[in-house]
Amino acid sequence: MPTNGGDVVEIGVGEQCGNVVDIDLGEQWRPLRPGKLTASTGAVAGWGTDEKAIISIMGHRNAVQRKLIRQAYEEIYQEDLIKRLESELSGHFEKAVFRWVLDPADRDAVLANVAMKQSKVDYHVIIELSCIYSPEELLAVKRAYQARFKHSMEEDLASHTSGDLGKALGIYRYDGDEIDARLAKSEANVLHNAIKEKVFNHEEVIRIVSTRSKAQLMATFNRYKDKYDTAITKHLVDDPSDQYLAAVRTSIRCINDPKKYYEKVIRNALNKPGTDEDALTRVIVTRAEKDLKEIKELYYKRNSVSLDHAVAKETSGDYEAFLLTLLGKED
Amino acid sequence: MAVANEMGAITKAFSGFGVDEKSLITVLGKWHPEQTKSFRKASQFFIQDERLFERWIDKHVEQLKIEFLRFKSAVVLWTMHPWERDARLIKDAVIDGQKSTNVIVEIACTRSCDDLFGARKAYHSLFDRSIEEDVAYNTPGIERMLLIALVSSYRYEGPRFHEDSAKSEAKTLCTAIKDAGDKNPMDDQEVVRILSTRSKPHLKAVFKHYKEISGKNIDEDLVADSSLKHTVQCLSTPHTYFIKVLDAAMNPVADENTKEGLTRVLVTRADVDMKLIAEEYHKQNGVELAQKIEQMVKGNFKEFLLTLLARGDQLKK
Repeated sequence: MPTNGGDVVEIGVGEQCGNVVDIDLGEQWRPLRPGKLTASTGAVAGWGTDEKAIISIMGHRNAVQRKLIRQAYEEIYQEDLIKRLESELSGHFEKAVFRWVLDPADRDAVLANVAMKQSKVDYHVIIELSCIYSPEELLAVKRAYQARFKHSMEEDLASHTSGDLGKALGIYRYDGDEIDARLAKSEANVLHNAIKEKVFNHEEVIRIVSTRSKAQLMATFNRYKDKYDTAITKHLVDDPSDQYLAAVRTSIRCINDPKKYYEKVIRNALNKPGTDEDALTRVIVTRAEKDLKEIKELYYKRNSVSLDHAVAKETSGDYEAFLLTLLGKED
Repeated sequence: MAVANEMGAITKAFSGFGVDEKSLITVLGKWHPEQTKSFRKASQFFIQDERLFERWIDKHVEQLKIEFLRFKSAVVLWTMHPWERDARLIKDAVIDGQKSTNVIVEIACTRSCDDLFGARKAYHSLFDRSIEEDVAYNTPGIERMLLIALVSSYRYEGPRFHEDSAKSEAKTLCTAIKDAGDKNPMDDQEVVRILSTRSKPHLKAVFKHYKEISGKNIDEDLVADSSLKHTVQCLSTPHTYFIKVLDAAMNPVADENTKEGLTRVLVTRADVDMKLIAEEYHKQNGVELAQKIEQMVKGNFKEFLLTLLARGDQLKK
């Protein structure tokens, strides 16, 4: 049985054929026509799902009609409409709203938990917490995590991941401005050697990147640039197979320029064929009250199109409306 | 003769733990120059110089400096905010290197979650560094992973835990320790994970199951005097651990580093569980801790320690 997201609502469906349908609220719905199939597809195609259209189409069909729709859908799109509906209606909109409604620290705790429970742990979330968040913010998240899940974040992370990812989260970096210039120099050399020899699980690299303060690391990265004429991030080649390498690279990027990092996450989320609504939601919802405005500006600079525009293009329905609202908040 | 007794008294006043200020004042302060000279000629603290005078042996003067300072150090340490205190103790341990790793383990494992975190904050203020980076930088090889994990822990402090995880983790520990072969269990990621992230109630269950599987307590299965053993002791039976520190400190042949344990334990546990430690001490050693201190320690330093020890009774902790 197809699922629908909520109450049946009387709305109209647009006339357009083709894969994308503009939903026209307020009109009377029309009786079944072959054109309806297109509307149904349109309602699930692209980013997000138009629940109201789904509701209006499927909700008003009887069993025979629903079966016909399902068969036709399968023939044309080689996919099971049910499966598609299930995944689309798992509620990007619902998820986004739920996350938005939580207290910031609680929200981050939930996101961390979700990230850990995936079969392939989403290390981005963990690294963001340990490299971008201030120590006070991170502590608030840890407390919220303990309150909600009844054990510590470190326990869960350590038992779901191997290696050093979990440990990095425990590190409470010095958050002041004092740096040791001599140390910056020597540690820049250590990093350079490790990169040159592609030995990223070198213990010293882990030690430096996960324990030094942000100020100290910035000084180190500056020394690196002075000495080797290139920013350290440019020397970190993308090799998707090495998860450990990727984690170190992400950490360095987060520390080096967090807003640029977030812009990249959003850009990738939007460009990806098939969706990364989770990443899109995460960045927009968690940064909305922090630095989303600057991330928007960076996005525009990089892509020559506004983030609002890109989000509107790639998402639809309630989900789109909600994201746009959050994006517009500072205006 | 009274003089011989007095000489004995002054010798004694200058030896051991702390300094007997009263004797020094009443006796030494009153001696005629000839008496003092006799003392110097007979004393092991002095040496006949080639230019025909009795000279203090430098080593003894240095030691005296330390002994005079014990009271001051104890008082200053006592007055500090617990966070500053722990931060400074850790800094000293980091500087001292290998021989003081147990202090880092001790503090990381016996403090409450918020107190450990407070110490980490205080460390930032005092030294413009994090404990993590200093410990990481200064701890070589095999101990590094364990130590960083311990100092950066933020354990859940509620009572809930999973009996099943505790059982399986006890098995994991048992295998890692007993079937280690060449590998040092301290190098084992799972061992470090369990000991540094699990809550204390959870670990209590783990250690209980460990004993059932192994037949022995976990610390009995570990090589003497390693950071891993200290970790396990501090997490399972902290009182026993502290008693060991106290006994080692009051051993007549203890070195300076070990002697500092006396001040540290009394100052840091006075308002926490010193009373329980003292009771355990009595049970284990057959003598009251207060008595032992009375016997081994002198002067203001002794009085101060005994006062700290007596607090437990008054505060009803």
